[in-house]
Amino acid sequence: MAYEHRRLPYRRAPGLDAPEPCHDVVIVGAGPVGLAMALDLANHGQGSVLLDDNDRVSIGSRAICWSKRSLEILARLGVGHRCVEKGVTWHVGRTFHRDREIFAFDLLPEDGHEMPAFVNLQQYHVEEYLTEAVLANPLIDFRPLNRVAAIRPALPELYVQTPEGSYTLQARYVLACDGARSAIRTIMRLEFAGELFEERFLIADIEMKADFPPERRFWFEPPFHPGQSALLHKQPDNIWRIDLQLGWDADPEAERAPERVIPRIERMVGHRDFRLDWVSVYSFQCRRLDRFVHGPVIFVGDSAHVVSPFGARGGNGGLQDVDALGWRLAALLAGRASERVLSAYDAERTFGADENIRNSTRTTRFMTPADGVERLYRDSTLALAAEAPFARALANSGRLSRPCTYPLDAPDDPALPATSRPGSVAPDAPLEGGWLMRQLGPDPVLLALGREAPRIDGVRILAPALNDHLRQRYLGNAPGALCLIRPDQVVGARWTTADAAAVSHEIDRMWGRA
Amino acid sequence: MKLVTEPNFADPDETYARLLAAHSGLSEAESHAFNAALVLILMNHIGDDAAIAEALALAHRATKP
Ligand SMILES: Cc1cc2nc3c(=O)[nH]c(=O)nc-3n(C[C@H](O)[C@H](O)[C@H](O)COP(=O)(O)OP(=O)(O)OC[C@H]3O[C@@H](n4cnc5c(N)ncnc54)[C@H](O)[C@@H]3O)c2cc1C
Repeated sequence: MAYEHRRLPYRRAPGLDAPEPCHDVVIVGAGPVGLAMALDLANHGQGSVLLDDNDRVSIGSRAICWSKRSLEILARLGVGHRCVEKGVTWHVGRTFHRDREIFAFDLLPEDGHEMPAFVNLQQYHVEEYLTEAVLANPLIDFRPLNRVAAIRPALPELYVQTPEGSYTLQARYVLACDGARSAIRTIMRLEFAGELFEERFLIADIEMKADFPPERRFWFEPPFHPGQSALLHKQPDNIWRIDLQLGWDADPEAERAPERVIPRIERMVGHRDFRLDWVSVYSFQCRRLDRFVHGPVIFVGDSAHVVSPFGARGGNGGLQDVDALGWRLAALLAGRASERVLSAYDAERTFGADENIRNSTRTTRFMTPADGVERLYRDSTLALAAEAPFARALANSGRLSRPCTYPLDAPDDPALPATSRPGSVAPDAPLEGGWLMRQLGPDPVLLALGREAPRIDGVRILAPALNDHLRQRYLGNAPGALCLIRPDQVVGARWTTADAAAVSHEIDRMWGRA
Repeated sequence: MKLVTEPNFADPDETYARLLAAHSGLSEAESHAFNAALVLILMNHIGDDAAIAEALALAHRATKP
């Protein structure tokens, strides 16, 4: 069934009638990143003004694959469970070459996690849930149909256009969440360096009744689309995502026309009994800003970095930006942290963006090899894959989004397991009557396992009863450990034993005060 | 040095002849494809990143001195 777009409530901005006081935070753009940003700040008690040039959620689906980490973040923002309930949970991916399956992967690594590896859910649903949460939150002043037309970054000051005229807004911090074509980035003339891939892709959502399994299926050079690649993915409400590689010389206008699209899809699904829900022709880029923090103007999400979609690293990466910024900015504005926390955001997320760009670039290369030696090795890999397992590891149809491990300079103990080393998202585990992840944040947490925890101001102690999952993920063979877990649920430091002074020192460093 | 560059074949002439024989009957394009497959197979067999890096560097020096 086709998605019905509702109009978001427009109200006359106060700035049209009288100058507004300087706001702490103005967020520009209410895509998934801007919406999540406003909610995350509100979770930390920080209000914001959220502007968007539109009054509807994403037209067309765009992002469909939401990672386990995104679901955990969305759960903290109050909408994770709706996403899981509505979404299609999947964990198996199959890759085909010509007419045979060359390998399958299973992303469901182990049990004992609340969230699945991935759900597929149209971006408009995710934005709808986030929008509802935003509208219900008294700390967020959401202003649809408020377009930022200009910015004076030094102040910073924004010129905002509405259907009823223009006004000026001042803020201590402006968060540019205005997407891949960021107007703020353009106005500030910041270089957005990287790579453009000329290859064109047809991306279509179709509605059809089909009993294909809920798996990611990817083809190199399938018989129904010779010489190119293809992807099929299930979404809720009988909607299926289809990606078809078209070549660099395809004409995007012509390829969008239903009379061209329908026969292509018919060859793929074997019949004509489907409805086109959304069709678009894309070429992809992998680029990022050199720095994400430019004084009081901070870039978050697609405005800071873009990737090709084959690893689902765009929206998922953007939500990880939100995760790394919200607690820091809130603490800075509340006077608990120094400005150094913004450099930490910049360092961690440029590192994350590089990892996402590296993965997405490699996939795109493998899918669209240049003539000559690139194609030679690509074809050779696929030819070997049927017989030799090692070649399946090289066949790259997408390395799906996983959070990076930040390179933290923090206390660690080599006796403890690698999965929970500092810089990693704290692995979830079942606790009596709930889940570990639910207990982490919004304050720093000292997870005390088999150890007495020292008491420290502003740190919550969590001392759950030990079980096998906790032991395996946090202790290994060690009898006990103390893990300092940041508000973004990332392990900040860990010890097999530590005194109050050692933990306090790490807390001070976390807030940029040491 | 991780890479073995000292002679490591039991019978060097025999091994070399076998390599040439494996290409016989292949077109030039097929020979290239064959070589690519062989490189991938042997690289995986070696596995060790440092040894592979040294091999790549040595091959580079031999190609573009
Ligand atoms: C075909 C395709 C498939 C994809 N698949 C996936 C996937 O499976 N998983 C995944 O994680 N990601 C995927 N992505 C990427 C994902 O869609 C983006 O990364 C994500 O939308 C970025 O969110 P954002 O909020 O940063 O930007 P956007 O979603 O672009 O939102 C920006 C917002 O800012 C508003 N805005 C812009 N300019 C102004 C202005 N001057 N004033 C006020 N408001 C403004 C816009 O109206 C918009 O609401 C895909 C992308 C494409 C194109």
